[in-house]
Amino acid sequence: MKYDLQPTLPAPSNTIGVVAWMRKHLFNGPISSVATIVLGYFLISWLIPIIQWTILDADLFGESRDACTSGGACWVFINVRLNQFLYGFYPAEEYWRLNLAFVLLIGSIIWLVLPRTPFKGWMALFLLVVFPVIAYFLLYGNSFGLMQVETHLWGGLSLTLVLAVVGIVASLPLGILLALGRQSEMPIVRSVCIIFIEIWRGVPLITVLFMASVMLPLFFPEDMSFDKLLRALIGITLFQSAYMAEVIRGGLQAIPKGQYEAADALGLGYWQKMILIIMPQALKLMIPGIVNTFIALFKDTSLVLIIGLFDLLAIGQAANQDPKWIGYSTESYIFVALMFWVFCFSMSRYSMHLEHKLHTGHSNRA
Amino acid sequence: MSNPQAVTDHLMVELRDVNKWYGEFHVLKNINLQVKQGEKIVICGPSGSGKSTMIRCINRLEEHQKGDIIVNDVPLTEDLKNIELVRKDVGMVFQHFNLFPHLTVLENCVLAPIWVKKLPRKEAEKQAMELLERVKIPDQALKYPGQLSGGQQQRVAIARSLCMNPDVMLFDEPTSALDPEMIKEVLDVMVELAHEGMTMLCVTHEMGFAKTVADRVIFMDGGQIVEENEPHEFFENPQHERTQLFLSQILQH
Ligand SMILES: Nc1ncnc2c1ncn2[C@@H]1O[C@H](COP(=O)(O)OP(=O)(O)OP(=O)(O)O)[C@@H](O)[C@H]1O
Ligand SMILES: [Mg+2]
Repeated sequence: MKYDLQPTLPAPSNTIGVVAWMRKHLFNGPISSVATIVLGYFLISWLIPIIQWTILDADLFGESRDACTSGGACWVFINVRLNQFLYGFYPAEEYWRLNLAFVLLIGSIIWLVLPRTPFKGWMALFLLVVFPVIAYFLLYGNSFGLMQVETHLWGGLSLTLVLAVVGIVASLPLGILLALGRQSEMPIVRSVCIIFIEIWRGVPLITVLFMASVMLPLFFPEDMSFDKLLRALIGITLFQSAYMAEVIRGGLQAIPKGQYEAADALGLGYWQKMILIIMPQALKLMIPGIVNTFIALFKDTSLVLIIGLFDLLAIGQAANQDPKWIGYSTESYIFVALMFWVFCFSMSRYSMHLEHKLHTGHSNRA
Repeated sequence: MSNPQAVTDHLMVELRDVNKWYGEFHVLKNINLQVKQGEKIVICGPSGSGKSTMIRCINRLEEHQKGDIIVNDVPLTEDLKNIELVRKDVGMVFQHFNLFPHLTVLENCVLAPIWVKKLPRKEAEKQAMELLERVKIPDQALKYPGQLSGGQQQRVAIARSLCMNPDVMLFDEPTSALDPEMIKEVLDVMVELAHEGMTMLCVTHEMGFAKTVADRVIFMDGGQIVEENEPHEFFENPQHERTQLFLSQILQH
């Protein structure tokens, strides 16, 4: 018996194209059609006024509230105070220092994120070790001929970024150490790590910040005054490292026992085994979880307003108090929310992208 | 050593009254075994008889609780220094290869020489390429383990161990996770290694391999060594009824 070769045919025309897609996904039977029409009606009737208010009827340019005549959003308010939203009370002639630090930060992140850029390892090292040092001298000054800028002048988006970046950069290694400690065979190390993690995970961040700002000074001699920002940073870092540790522990547990045994059998020491074999594999698995923690951390930084630091949200609230601009707090809250959203959404998209990439790339790498 | 195949009198591995427990469960019972330099030992026995546990004690992947294990004159104790020394001398090949999936074949091979032996990278790579040639896969050096067949992965694993220039090689069922057509390519490499004079302890049920290279075959059951003989005698004239039963079972197919 012999069969003829079958020809390759194009897909039937009623299964491809826009109309076919709409028929399949939007108007697939009476219930689906009604749902589509009703939801579509609500969506549109809700969107039109929003677009009208935020864009069509909005005013962007001007000097004072007198410029807001169109009846929509008064972005003039944000525009006039934009520098404060971005730089807080940082002296205007020193803005370039913040800008430079920001460009360095974003530049090296983009370098790392783009596929196929060379020297990724060195770049990561730069971002995690060298950049924080450069950023410190840039922002704080008081050396290399740079004017000192006290931390109580820091504020706005730049302060939010400082809190987030320091929190992220410091809590990751600390979290790794805690996770390793929690798995350790030495009972003392293990208990210390477990106690540390469980204490920090059981306390709300607000409490931590209050303790850092109010209680911590009580434990130190009076003449030793800790910078308020520094205290908040320590609080946030310790708090987040506990969460990070749990994410990392999950990743470590996903690595097969055979990997540890092969490393042991080759004679690698504990740290060599962890750094060269286990962590690189575990970190890949943990990226989505780590980025989630980063996003939570980023949003949590806004809590520092309760201890009197002027992060982005606090600057927005302060602006609302300005008698010249009473009544425009909606605009400032929307702007602040939008800024947070842009950063968090980018992180989330990147993590989804990575997840997808790791998922498909796994079969020929694992 | 003029003839590398010769067995010398130097004791490479010695187990004296070794006992091990997993909690309450007595896995190894009074194991006594002496392996001279250049000797090839094949270990067989039913599942759960303690074969893996025994050879994993030799490089301290498992800890024994009683008795002495001495490898190349170094006694295995709590002392981390000794464990380090022993692991440098002992290579191990696992049933599931356990290659490092995030590293290329070449990186898998040079990792330990560079970090444990502190060999310069150039030298380590040169040696790794020679060994990959010996296991007949130099052309795969830049691929990742996941891109290789099981047989190729196992040969990489052998090369990776050999890169540390071990004095003893332990094999724990190196071919039992492989498809039949790949078993031969791995066994060929192992036979060649045996002919070059390597001291080998090999857990396997490949009786053909045992007949070709083994100096002694050891049969384990219930956590102890039940019978030990040179291969011809072992297969033709098994003494213990449990050995007879086991052989009849595995030789059926
Ligand atoms: N980590 C462990 N904890 C508790 N019991 C274990 C552990 N590892 C192995 N055992 C038990 O010890 C016994 C011996 O195990 P071992 O792996 O040495 O057997 P084996 O002879 O290699 O068997 P197989 O042919 O299936 O590989 C088995 O009964 C097993 O269930
Ligand atoms: Mg076994």
